[in-house]
Amino acid sequence: MIIKQISVFVENKLGRMAEITKVIGDIGVDIRALSIADTSDFGILRIIVNKPDEAVEALREAGMTVSLTDVIAVGVEDTPGAFAKAVSALSDAYISIEYMYAFISRNDNRACVILRVEEPSKGIEALQAGGFEVLGSEEIYNL
Amino acid sequence: MEKYFNPWVECASRETMDEMQSQRLVDMVKRCSERVPFYREKLKAEGILPGDIRSVKDLQKLPFTYKQDLRDTYPYGMFAVPREQLSRIHASSGTTGKMTVVGYTPKDIEDWSEDTARALVAAGGTPNDYIHVAYGYGLFTGGLGLHYGAERLGATAIPVSSGNTKRQIDVMRDFGSNILCCTPSYAMFIGETIEDMGIDPKSLPLRAGIFGAEPWSKEMCSEIERLLAIKAYDIYGLSEVMGPGVAFECSVQDGMHINEDKYIPEIIDPDTGEVLPYGVQGELVFTCISKEALPLIRYRTRDIATLTRESCACGRTLIKMSKPCGRTDDMLIIRGINVFPSQIESVLLELKMVTPNYLLVVDRVDNLDTLEVQVEMTSELFSDTVRNMESIEKQIRTALLSTLGLAASVRLVEPKSIKRSEGKAQRIQDNRHI
Repeated sequence: MIIKQISVFVENKLGRMAEITKVIGDIGVDIRALSIADTSDFGILRIIVNKPDEAVEALREAGMTVSLTDVIAVGVEDTPGAFAKAVSALSDAYISIEYMYAFISRNDNRACVILRVEEPSKGIEALQAGGFEVLGSEEIYNL
Repeated sequence: MEKYFNPWVECASRETMDEMQSQRLVDMVKRCSERVPFYREKLKAEGILPGDIRSVKDLQKLPFTYKQDLRDTYPYGMFAVPREQLSRIHASSGTTGKMTVVGYTPKDIEDWSEDTARALVAAGGTPNDYIHVAYGYGLFTGGLGLHYGAERLGATAIPVSSGNTKRQIDVMRDFGSNILCCTPSYAMFIGETIEDMGIDPKSLPLRAGIFGAEPWSKEMCSEIERLLAIKAYDIYGLSEVMGPGVAFECSVQDGMHINEDKYIPEIIDPDTGEVLPYGVQGELVFTCISKEALPLIRYRTRDIATLTRESCACGRTLIKMSKPCGRTDDMLIIRGINVFPSQIESVLLELKMVTPNYLLVVDRVDNLDTLEVQVEMTSELFSDTVRNMESIEKQIRTALLSTLGLAASVRLVEPKSIKRSEGKAQRIQDNRHI
């Protein structure tokens, strides 16, 4: 249920994004989802890939600063209001969301939301209790 | 048990040293006024007769010598011996203008070799050691200075010179290097390379290192000691005075002993020329009482340090100088505050999460000086949330503000993006063009 997300430090310099994504592409790894947090000086690129350990090794070898973070993924029905219910399930259980990003699944009528919360296992419990489907890593990596 | 290369001199009594210095000073002043037109005229202009100098106590009567004087008499105008007696010429880099040219007689080379031999012994070196000299060989005095000291000690010199870092490591491992001699920034680079290559530094035969030619902080010293698994010793010198070995660190690792049997040190106020007491920071001045080819009287080094006569646990009685904290011309004045890059380095390294690879970018925006400290990212520093990253930047900013009174902006940059040096590190980028 815990998903491994890769975070990469990106200096605000022309071509850095291209460099990073090229490393991943060159080793044949597929990006499932991504998000970027930007400040005036740097960005943090967050990606979910189908082969996280290989990607991390390749990025580190290319001299990049990389870390792995545990995140959770919840499946949300693609209807108005469904997402709000999922987020409420977490806040009702006093769980703060550090950040999140979403993508549409190709297979079914569903949105997947990646969430970083302080205690992933508690987050999983709260979502499941609210009747939401928490996605496993294999599902996400192989979407 | 402490070993000395020359215990008679290194542990001499104050009286013996004063006597030696006085005799040599009197001879030296006489020689300078007889053989060096520059000094003859200068002494005459100041109304000083060689006979006025009878002992070390009369040192302050003599005028100062400046780097500009060497430039004005380029190349050999201040030499005190005829060409036939010169066995070597060296010159310093001359990044700002003409090279500063220095010369040596065979006896000067012998004296210099003893200086660096003393340094090697103080760092635990023995005749059974391989001395890995990774300072540049050439006009720069670093390489040959340590090389001749190694041979003088009876040890084995490995003249690797600088550059080709992978090969340096091969040499260390295969040729059996015991003592590494290079600049501290290059030592850092070698250490980082060893770490990247996954080599355990303890598996190398290195025991100690002697690093100099640029200022470096205690914190950088600890980092080098960790990366290379050695004890790191400081060494000081400048080609005008002789070369590396004018002063050297002992096992106590708290300041450097000056070879005052040959170089009489003083600390002066750089603005007024007034001689300052022990313990007060000021500009280092040396009088070269043994040199034959280029004896200099009260040469102003532009290096900032302090002197102390406190006794040293190593047993040496040679006067000690602190690590130079910078040069009078290294010093940045940012919004009216005097800042030495070494101070910033200390602050950064004390935070324990940044590497000593940094760049200070000074600029002027809307008539106000700005300082940006560029610091390389490390995996220890990296956090997945912007919040944590910003808090790290803030910690650095706060530390700089409270220690230096300076509000600087901090920029985290990619690892390995700050240029590494094989010689002296360039830490400052002053875009102000003053």
